[in-house]
Amino acid sequence: MDLVRNLFGSTIGRKLLMAVTGVVLIVFVIGHLVGNLQVFEDPDRINGYSHFLQSLGPALWAARIFLLVCVALHIWAGTVLAIEARRARGAESYAVKKWIQATVASRYMRWTGYVVLAFILYHLAQFTVGVAQPGTFKANLPHYTMKGAYRVLGVEVVRAGTDVLDVRSMVILGFGNRLVAVFYIVAVGLLSLHLLHGADSLFQTLGWRNHRWARGLRVVVTVFCAAYFLGNLAIPGAALLGVLH
Amino acid sequence: MTTPKTFNVTVRVWRQVGPGREGRFVEYPARGVNPDMSFLEMLDVLNDELAARGEEPIAFSHDCREGICGTCSLVINGKPHGPNHGVASCQTYMRSFRDGDRIVVEPFRARAFPVIKDLVTDRSAFDTIQQAGGFITARTGSAPEANAAPVPKHVADLAMDAAQCIGCGACVAACKNSSAMLFVASKVSHLGLLPQGQPERDSRVLAMVSTMDGLGFGGCTNQYECSAACPKLISHDFIARLNRDYTKAVFRSAFKPEPAGGGET
Ligand code: HEM
Ligand code: SF4
Ligand code: FES
Repeated sequence: MDLVRNLFGSTIGRKLLMAVTGVVLIVFVIGHLVGNLQVFEDPDRINGYSHFLQSLGPALWAARIFLLVCVALHIWAGTVLAIEARRARGAESYAVKKWIQATVASRYMRWTGYVVLAFILYHLAQFTVGVAQPGTFKANLPHYTMKGAYRVLGVEVVRAGTDVLDVRSMVILGFGNRLVAVFYIVAVGLLSLHLLHGADSLFQTLGWRNHRWARGLRVVVTVFCAAYFLGNLAIPGAALLGVLH
Repeated sequence: MTTPKTFNVTVRVWRQVGPGREGRFVEYPARGVNPDMSFLEMLDVLNDELAARGEEPIAFSHDCREGICGTCSLVINGKPHGPNHGVASCQTYMRSFRDGDRIVVEPFRARAFPVIKDLVTDRSAFDTIQQAGGFITARTGSAPEANAAPVPKHVADLAMDAAQCIGCGACVAACKNSSAMLFVASKVSHLGLLPQGQPERDSRVLAMVSTMDGLGFGGCTNQYECSAACPKLISHDFIARLNRDYTKAVFRSAFKPEPAGGGET
């Protein structure tokens, strides 16, 4: 099939796959952060939210598989492009190496990407599979009884009095380990740096960027990345400072 | 008219006797440099001295020496075409340097642009890309009526911006991935913007991109080193346009109805 060959086999096609999967991942990380920030509200919120996600069953699995496919495609395309780019450079490199206008974030995409990957694997091991810190895993978590109902868009999805996992305690326990909290902060910092180039670059790849609004895009992306980083910093930061307990 | 004050520099040049051979840097003093000399003229004078001493002159590519042919191709102090913005090596003047400077001169580096000798590289890969789709089908014979195909002014201007590309390859030389995207983008856009370029619009972009990939140029990481090094200041907006054109062509070609059998194409 020409379509598959062009998308997976050409440099532009692979870059397009990176941009599209990048958009999916960006939407996911925003949703993930907004959901997690409920930890600062009444325990009913974050615990009800996580119970609701767990109760989705097959839909949750479908979403997980879809996200994993996106991550895999993103990394595959990025790695293949990086190998090809290195080969394209040729054997002899310049004696004087100079950057003219490439942004700092754009020069470290591969590094920030792979550290984020390492973090994703650890994160899944910790909170989804439960091998990294068994004490914080579902099976060993204390339970919590919902004081009120949890609603999504006004629809009641978890009833008051339901016995749910105490995810709030899990987060606090997990970040009680300073090393885990610091690794988390470093990783989201690098992800923010990844997005400082990525969220701008994807518009170029999709063909929607031009000089008329490149500057505006830059501002929006920078503000987004700063907000994303601060939002993510808040949770382990609060746990470390003992604000969250 | 006063005679400009001359000065001395040291040039550190890549010397390589032939394709695939080991190369190395050699330093040469260039004395009595006139600031109004072009960089290439400075090399000419140096070469005269080398020849007078019975040494092999430094090989470098050049032709028009006025920034329109795209033949000159030096990387000067780490930047293709030297320190100035929007000029080719041949339009770089010695007044851009100071007395005592040590100037490093290297050939364009990319696997698709092998060094032939010293600072001369084989850039025929660009011709191969151009031959894959950088043309239009036109009726030959008498010239067509000039106003038969109306082109809005802003479209014509944009097409002319793209058409400024002189095919020098500085974009590839500046790119950390040795990507030819800026060159291909300007060729694809220049024809794709105009009515005359429409019949082959999709086949052109598909063929030029696949030829570009096949020749071993890298992909684009949207860092825009190319447009910063381009002597014609071709905008990387054309790369966004190329991405868009390519994507549309990929989907159109996959879903376009085929004519029923029997057609001879
Ligand atoms: C939540 C995780 C991630 C998000 C949201 C994300 C997002 C993005 C986005 C939007 C781009 C720009 C695509 C474009 O220029 O069109 C990008 C580029 C890139 N990503 Fe990620 N990414 C993530 C994880 C990763 C991981 C785990 C890797 C591991 C290798 C990675 C490697 C790269 C590389 C190398 C590029 C540059 C590609 C290029 O310029 O050719 N990313 N990312
Ligand atoms: S796009 Fe600019 S740098 Fe690249 S070949 Fe054309 S003129 Fe040279
Ligand atoms: S020699 Fe023709 S552009 Fe420099």
